[in-house]
Amino acid sequence: MIADFGFGVIVVAFLLALFSVGAAVYGALAKSYRWAESARRAMLLTFPLVAIASFTLIYLLATGHYELEYVYSVTSDSMPLYLKITALWGGQAGSLLFWSWLMSAFASAVTLRRWERDREFLPWVIVVSSVTLAFFLALTIFFENPFARWWQTASGEVAAMFRPTGAIPLSPSGGQGLNPLLRHPGMIIHPPMLYLGFVSFVIPYAFAMAALITGRTDDRWIRITRRWTLVAWLFLSLGLVLGARWAYDVLGWGGYWGWDPVEIAAFMPWLTGTAFLHSVMIQEKRGMLKQWNMLLIILTYDLVIFGTFLTRSGVLSSVHAFAKSAIGPLFFAFIGLTLVSSVSLLVYRWNDLKAEIEMKSMLSREALFLLNNLFFMGVLIVCFWGVIFPLISELVTNQKVTVGPPFYERATAPLFGALMLLMGIAPLSAWGHSTFKTLGRAVWKPALVAALAVVAIFAAGIHNAVALIGFGLVALVIFVTLYEFWRGAMARHRRTGENFVTALWRLAGRNRRRYGGYLIHISMVLMAIGILGMQVFQTETQGTIPQGGSLALAGYTVTFDSVAQFDTTGGRNVTRAVVSVYKGDQYLGDLYPRRDYYYESGQPMTIPGVRSTLADDLYVILVDWQPISAVGATFKVYHNPLVNWLWIGSLVFIFGTLVAAWPEKEEVKS
Amino acid sequence: MRTKTFLLIPFFFLLLGIFLVPTVTVVAQQPTPSDDEVNAIARQLYCPVCENTPLDVCPTQACAQWRDLIRQMLAEGKSADEIKQYFVENYGARVLSEPPRTGLNWLVYILPPVAFLAGAYILYRAFRSWRALDKQASTQEGSEVPPAGDEYVARLEEELRKRK
Repeated sequence: MIADFGFGVIVVAFLLALFSVGAAVYGALAKSYRWAESARRAMLLTFPLVAIASFTLIYLLATGHYELEYVYSVTSDSMPLYLKITALWGGQAGSLLFWSWLMSAFASAVTLRRWERDREFLPWVIVVSSVTLAFFLALTIFFENPFARWWQTASGEVAAMFRPTGAIPLSPSGGQGLNPLLRHPGMIIHPPMLYLGFVSFVIPYAFAMAALITGRTDDRWIRITRRWTLVAWLFLSLGLVLGARWAYDVLGWGGYWGWDPVEIAAFMPWLTGTAFLHSVMIQEKRGMLKQWNMLLIILTYDLVIFGTFLTRSGVLSSVHAFAKSAIGPLFFAFIGLTLVSSVSLLVYRWNDLKAEIEMKSMLSREALFLLNNLFFMGVLIVCFWGVIFPLISELVTNQKVTVGPPFYERATAPLFGALMLLMGIAPLSAWGHSTFKTLGRAVWKPALVAALAVVAIFAAGIHNAVALIGFGLVALVIFVTLYEFWRGAMARHRRTGENFVTALWRLAGRNRRRYGGYLIHISMVLMAIGILGMQVFQTETQGTIPQGGSLALAGYTVTFDSVAQFDTTGGRNVTRAVVSVYKGDQYLGDLYPRRDYYYESGQPMTIPGVRSTLADDLYVILVDWQPISAVGATFKVYHNPLVNWLWIGSLVFIFGTLVAAWPEKEEVKS
Repeated sequence: MRTKTFLLIPFFFLLLGIFLVPTVTVVAQQPTPSDDEVNAIARQLYCPVCENTPLDVCPTQACAQWRDLIRQMLAEGKSADEIKQYFVENYGARVLSEPPRTGLNWLVYILPPVAFLAGAYILYRAFRSWRALDKQASTQEGSEVPPAGDEYVARLEEELRKRK
């Protein structure tokens, strides 16, 4: 009964979304304000309705209604309440409903803004948002219904919303429970962040389409959506970082990024989104690259849909999985349809989007931004091709292949290096006109300090070429950025007589976008330090040792003290080892690597014991232990140098993005 | 002389046997390959059953057995390439971390650099055409002198003046 109510509410929301599409199109074509307003109100209504449906599902999850297939598959009695609630996005059907909920929230929020200066955009923004929402609600209603219940039929158990002929309802006494890998704080927050990022990128796309349809091809749509884009980018980035942290904490393989297709699917819209954030500045400052910006936001939107689809469906594992998936072909049809219609619109407006002025210098800021876009597109091509190629191979040759980390790392490393070099140079080049002489005059000081840093690193005993190049680029970006802060603050200090700190504070406060951007650059290179540390210097060892035995790695000694096995809450059996960590003769503390076994799902989980410092992580995994074994236990120990700079960089990144997205006083006044 | 040589032959084989037997025994009694030696090869292989999981970190029982198989093959004196080849023959090319460089698989390596170079070329052509247009415009309007001095500071101060 409650499930029927939830389903009914989704159906009403779906019909309202369809109505708002029709009303908005009619309102725009007939120039009827009343119809556009009606569409807006219908759009606004979808949010509370999808919220009610989502809360209904949360209630069913929390109260153990295992007669519903979705509740049965993602919850169990032994799960704590917070996990039952977050199981809303623990499976595909619930994720799609959750996505729709967020989409309706963002679409409603955008329709609540003041539209006086750009009323012609309103109906078309509603159309794009509502079409996207209607698509996801349709998937929920017709294919991935979280309210479908179990029925016993003559041919076996089936899940359906309505009673099949002759079927009797089934009520299992318990559920399968959430996949143990998803029972982690990182995984609880990671999907909402990722989805928020995905969903909020729909808004700039909707404005871009509105601009193309109405023919208002100035940079108004970019100015309106600048903050939306930054917020979308922030959420998407946070989603990626939280996913990396979850992998590091839970997957027990000593790393944070495995170039898995699902990870790459979330990374691809980030790549185009980042390129977009840079290239829109060229349009705002110079009136150029209007066509390219349109293309970037179209790509980002379709990669968002592609990413949403992949992160839960897993259909890229094989052609057969794709063919079996009910929603796979629909997603691809939707992506194809939106891509073709958006690009057609772009082609239709191509001449209207021509640049107002042309590029003057290959060393100007805009030229370097364009190069930055080229490198981001290069990474995108590598990622997209690597993800899609196993399907092509299986389709053509019937041979399954794996495209793994060696391919991606080899192909993307030079591109990321080039991006870092640009991050170091571009902030010092001027808009419009820049020559080798003017750029060289600006760059030589920080470049010299960066070169000295490389010499110091070399003298300290690091002779690996990749590390030296990488750390050299990191140093260049850091010194250039600090130099920019210093130059700006000094210029203000000279002009106003303010002391340096006040001058710096007020300068950054008056151009938050610019200085927030610089903080983001700093955060990126801090992350790069962590990535370089892991890529170049990570070491590992594995061994089976008796109690009192030791493993040695990178100057550390790990001694196996004891192991215990016990049942605990949440239907888990825990095998927990105690190991002592020494550096030389100095005792540093105990670590507790463990293996959790979940009775309900029959799945094991490896939780490492980690000792973290700014210099490195010692990451210990309990690989194996048998109660009857006299040999001892098997441990794997990773030494992960500098990895914590990755997480520190993430925090700086959040701060930098908030600074960049914070409204400036001038804009508030206007 | 010939008889002596004939008598020497069994003696030679006896000597050979004396030298060979301990050698064979030494091979058979080699210490079991370490976990690190096994993982060095397992890291280059993917679990034939799970999706996108390297063999050295896969927690399943099946993968533990495959790692034992690698250990056994190493103990038998097989090289890393021979072990990898064994896995490919038995479980297909998907166990390799990259597609083998044969036939259609070349596309995975060729297409990204070709696409990137094509993009770079398009960008280069666009730059050239923009600069040509710019020169044309400059000739018509009179040459524009680039700003002298520290343009950055001038620009920043101008901005500050406007906002004051």
